[in-house]
Amino acid sequence: MTTLSKQTLSHLDWLEAEAIHIMREVAGQCERPVLLFSGGKDSICMLRVAEKAFRPGKFPFPLLHIDTGHNYQEVVDFRDRRAAELGERLIVRSVEDSMKRGTVVLKSPDESRNKHQSVTLLEAIAEFEFDCCIGGARRDEEKARAKERVMSFRDEFGQWDPKNQRPELWNLYNARVHRGENIRAFPISNWTEMDVWQYVQREQLELPSIYYSHVRPIVRRAGAIVPVTHLTPVKPGEEVIDLQVRFRTVGDIPCTAPVESDADTIEKIVLETATTTITERGATRLDDQTSDASMEQRKKEGYF
Amino acid sequence: MSAYENIQDNGLLRFMTCGSVDDGKSTLIGRLLYDTKAILTDTLTQIEKTSKKRGMEAVDLSLLTDGLQAEREQGITIDVAYRYFSTGTRKYIIADAPGHEQYTRNMVTAASTANLAIILIDARKGVLVQTRRHSYLAHLMNIPHIVVAVNKMDLIDYDQAKFDAIVAEYKAFVEKMGLFGEDRDIKFIPMSALTGDNVVDSSETMPWYQGPTLLDVLESASSTDADERAEAFRFPVQFVCRPQDSANPELHDYRGFMGRVESGSIQAGDAVTVLPSGRESRVKAVHIGGEPVAEGVSEQSITLLLEDEVDISRGDMIVKSSEVPEARKETEAMMCWFAEAPLSPARTYLIRHTTRTTKAKLTGVAFKVDVNSQEHVDATTLAMNDIAKVSWKLAQPLFGDAYRENRATGAFIVIDESTNNTVGAGMLL
Repeated sequence: MTTLSKQTLSHLDWLEAEAIHIMREVAGQCERPVLLFSGGKDSICMLRVAEKAFRPGKFPFPLLHIDTGHNYQEVVDFRDRRAAELGERLIVRSVEDSMKRGTVVLKSPDESRNKHQSVTLLEAIAEFEFDCCIGGARRDEEKARAKERVMSFRDEFGQWDPKNQRPELWNLYNARVHRGENIRAFPISNWTEMDVWQYVQREQLELPSIYYSHVRPIVRRAGAIVPVTHLTPVKPGEEVIDLQVRFRTVGDIPCTAPVESDADTIEKIVLETATTTITERGATRLDDQTSDASMEQRKKEGYF
Repeated sequence: MSAYENIQDNGLLRFMTCGSVDDGKSTLIGRLLYDTKAILTDTLTQIEKTSKKRGMEAVDLSLLTDGLQAEREQGITIDVAYRYFSTGTRKYIIADAPGHEQYTRNMVTAASTANLAIILIDARKGVLVQTRRHSYLAHLMNIPHIVVAVNKMDLIDYDQAKFDAIVAEYKAFVEKMGLFGEDRDIKFIPMSALTGDNVVDSSETMPWYQGPTLLDVLESASSTDADERAEAFRFPVQFVCRPQDSANPELHDYRGFMGRVESGSIQAGDAVTVLPSGRESRVKAVHIGGEPVAEGVSEQSITLLLEDEVDISRGDMIVKSSEVPEARKETEAMMCWFAEAPLSPARTYLIRHTTRTTKAKLTGVAFKVDVNSQEHVDATTLAMNDIAKVSWKLAQPLFGDAYRENRATGAFIVIDESTNNTVGAGMLL
């Protein structure tokens, strides 16, 4: 028995146990938490963690998706199906409704709606009086994230103040807030892209089909692979190619690019991730390259 | 490539780096990330661009740890950053804390989850005041493994005599101050983060050093806290699961006590005591994700089912009946204070210990510690970044262990109820 208690947990077991602990702290400390579920791979992992944390009970929080209206249909369908399979409540709030209300105003019709999700999220937080949003952000994604707490305090405007974060020690998380303020909790903060793929593999998690290699019409634009869609049409002089691609990350259509790949199984994706030379964001985000600090800026404004 | 399929998973190690930019700390982290191929092409391209923009000839690896816009504006590092790399066999989390004196709170934060600390010494300068400060804090936070990295050996011609002198000086200091205890694991490595000597690859320029490289030490140090922890079973209850699913009568009486095993292990049949009520029962089953498992071990998140119907809620602790910790209505502790407003004996604070929260009042300050000299200083209150031995009176009893024995059940945080801010960290004595 003594020897067993000294066994080493595998890195995935350790990360999973930590994520379960964080979710249970949210459930134990917060009155009206919500879990942000987009249908993407990180939030799919979070749902499995939530199952391990709370079954045979129901989740002590509903699921929330902030829909830009610019998501891939495969992902939206998957989102609805997965929530139904789990028997959990899914709330969807859309940026288009915020536009109708006049709270989101686009500079131009084709401006990315990605950053405007913040407005719709804050509106949903106010509508349901959520005091904690559980998100699937990872610290390895981006350098502004690398310094964010597991439980990150937001004031009543939803703002993150990187210079004035609560100290966070051991596994003693402080999710206390006053009315109107909220906490963003990140149970998979310490996971990397590789950990996520390995967890998908180990848990045999189903993913939206566009994560696996498929043939898609694309154009090459300024070094990036741009999928040809109704939101990202072909520009004059560009040549449309049918390319074998997969998505490493799925988000808003206008700001998410696929990578060239023939990895059509999770095993092949794990191997490819082990040998890739480009970061997840670098390969796939069409919006973050504009400024060194664009994520930090968005987070200060209330982004996830 | 097959690393991710065939090689045995050797768990996860959390470590921290202590030092300032001048010691080459950022360069060391950059080197570790670069040599383990955790830096990918696009990131490298970005820092190449920035290096050029700032007029540097070679790529500055320290830019890899360059943080927030807010920090660049001020030209300082203001917070702990977490970084990740993997060797295929083991996953690493680096807590990168700024080493300035005014950021004691960041070092303490980074140290709280670290199982190994790398203390950087500039080989040209030897043991400095900041080396003493970092060592004291690593000792205070009870980090099990210490690596003293004597860096910039390339600037002293890889001189063994100078390295040996620094090792002797450091050992003498540690012994004089009574740091780390006798059985603590301390390793000394001569290295150059800039050239990579003894970081990942053995140095060809220092044949006189036959010991492990830094990565060798990281790969073989006991992973996470599991091996270091006291054997006593400690299970703070986080959440109680009562499904009451009308469609499933089997679940009607289901009561699952959910939490993380902070230390020790538990199996079905074990006699347990619930604190603070003192009620006793036996474990009926241990579950993970709704499925029974043979045993729950340290650091696992599990669900406990008990034989008897016992009233248990969040904040209670389940322990083995043979190893019940003492109830503390008052306690002595080492404290680190974080807030701008000093710790006031007139005010009531909240103390969060495991999943339990109680009101508390300061009853005395025994002494403050000068982190640079480790001397004890008289004090009646604590200002920001102060470290002191204090005593608290508690409204509700806490069931803890001495921090030296058990980091998880010996640690607590102090919360200011008016702001909800975390204002202090404490370690039970």
